[in-house]
Amino acid sequence: MINAERRTPNAEHQRLSPRSYASRALVFLGLLVLLGLALVLGVGQGAVYVSPGEVVRALMGTQPNPIVTDLRLPRALGAGLVGAALGLAGAAFQGLFRNPLADPYLMGSASGAAFGVTLAVSLAGTLSASYSTSQVFAALPGYVTLFAFAGAVLAVAVTLVLSGGASRTHDLILAGVVVGAVLTGLTTYLMLKDADRIRAVMAYTLGNLSFLGWEGVRAMALYLLLSLPFLWILGRTLNALSLGEETARTLGLPLSRLKLLVIGLATLLTAASVAYAGIIGFVGLVAPHALRRLVGGDYRVLLPASALGGAVLLSLADLLARVLTRPAELPVGVVTTLLGGPFFLYLLWRARRNV
Amino acid sequence: MSNVVPRSYANDFMPGDGGKGLALLGAQDITFAYAGKPVLREVSLELHRAEWLALLGPNGGGKSTLLRVMAGLLSPQGGRVVLEGRPLAKVSSWLRGRTLAFVPQNGPYPEELSVEEVVRLGRTPHLGLLGREGRADQEAVLWAMRETQVLEFRSRLLSTLSGGERARVMLARSLAAKPKYLLLDEPTAHLDLHHQAEFLGLLSGLRRQGIGVLTVMHDPNLALQADRVAFLAEGRIVAEGEPGGAITQELLSQIYGPMVRVRRVDGQPIVILGGAASASGVLR
Repeated sequence: MINAERRTPNAEHQRLSPRSYASRALVFLGLLVLLGLALVLGVGQGAVYVSPGEVVRALMGTQPNPIVTDLRLPRALGAGLVGAALGLAGAAFQGLFRNPLADPYLMGSASGAAFGVTLAVSLAGTLSASYSTSQVFAALPGYVTLFAFAGAVLAVAVTLVLSGGASRTHDLILAGVVVGAVLTGLTTYLMLKDADRIRAVMAYTLGNLSFLGWEGVRAMALYLLLSLPFLWILGRTLNALSLGEETARTLGLPLSRLKLLVIGLATLLTAASVAYAGIIGFVGLVAPHALRRLVGGDYRVLLPASALGGAVLLSLADLLARVLTRPAELPVGVVTTLLGGPFFLYLLWRARRNV
Repeated sequence: MSNVVPRSYANDFMPGDGGKGLALLGAQDITFAYAGKPVLREVSLELHRAEWLALLGPNGGGKSTLLRVMAGLLSPQGGRVVLEGRPLAKVSSWLRGRTLAFVPQNGPYPEELSVEEVVRLGRTPHLGLLGREGRADQEAVLWAMRETQVLEFRSRLLSTLSGGERARVMLARSLAAKPKYLLLDEPTAHLDLHHQAEFLGLLSGLRRQGIGVLTVMHDPNLALQADRVAFLAEGRIVAEGEPGGAITQELLSQIYGPMVRVRRVDGQPIVILGGAASASGVLR
């Protein structure tokens, strides 16, 4: 890290040396290896065990296996994509709010999505009493997804209106908390009115990757591919923001507009992941937080690293969710929360010890 | 809004100006109020290039507000700021970023960035949205790090630096844009005597290189090396001039009360606190 630029005293003055390229590359490589491992293992695990060798052969097409390609692969890929979306959105929000405790749900998107889903289920019940909740989910996955997506986007929009735009970070956080609280209240009210449907909605809001099919995978991949390059360019703005709002404004950046763009892209990613997989806690908080220590605070490195880290985390969590209580499975949100909470405490404890 | 200068800027470019108005950042009749409470009352102040101007005055006197108005961070309710003959409000934010650099009082410091990464952020106004760095950018960053003596620890993270080192890194960040005017809010506030002297020495050097330096300060003694001082109290400039002439017993008693004493050593004023004994008249 330091050796590369301390060869001779003179070399120091000739050229700028980007910090620790090698160590960063190593982190990315490690994450990729972990992700590949989690994918192969994840596809193998389930009610029917498929060995890693068979998985690889099925993936390469030499030994077709419908369990692998039709059922488990979309789910495993979906877990990675949802995790990547959450990690990316989390890093973007942490940069935007200059707060390592910010997470993708901070601006009300999670409660908005939960409200949307509850409303969808409740409306379906009103329209046709014969619809059971599981039928709503099974027959109309697009319908539930749409409501979740709309709920998340609307909640963030209301938050933005209440805070009078993106210029004042403090107001944004306060407005997000208020919007979240009101929507949670409304959701609870709807659920109590419709007590028999609580279970299904709960399963959704706890985070659940079992709804993911190829359609969800394609949609998530599209959202990620669309937002990653834009967010990467905005990484420079996030870096400037780490100098403080005032200083960033004196650097010539059209800050209010760029901040709105960051919020828009991160909300899109969060809304999509909530729509397809429910509310999965801690991935968007822990992935950027942990990687900040490994790759540093430059958002042009941290954003892609957090996406990869989120993918690894959620893939591993999904693996655990399906292995721990086999043949039943836990909602993946429960696993991430149970693992993420203590891990986060450990990070905080280590940070305090280092001060 | 009654005292807004008419929207004809012809004056700024009149031949009689002799080009002088083109090498300064000028606040003209600035009026500013926070929530109806007046902070600045028709304040005018000029910062020339190659000059170090220290802005002094009591807490709440409006110093930091004036600095932010001149940096373009706050828009005044009355009056205007003129940057080298052009109204600052009409100057594009990119050009403003290249010409004026602002350093707030203390942080926030991006703990996980290295010294060099922070200084490179100072080039932002020159880079545009994609942020591709060229040779000139690298040279400016190296120059800024050399000038502030942070080059030798450029790969260290900000979280590992001392207060004095951080202050120099933030100065390097502002210099990387190669600004013509440098606006600093209490740059020496949390530094010990050694680092204060070192930092003020840096500022003197920058002024000799043609940069106009404006520092908001509390301690008049630290402003003695400046070319000019201006005292801002209750929203008005109450005194302005060379430190030796402007810092007088009469002025300081009026601003800070009777406990403040001005002594002369080799003709230069030194400000001390008289304490209760002197306040009761023993030293008079």
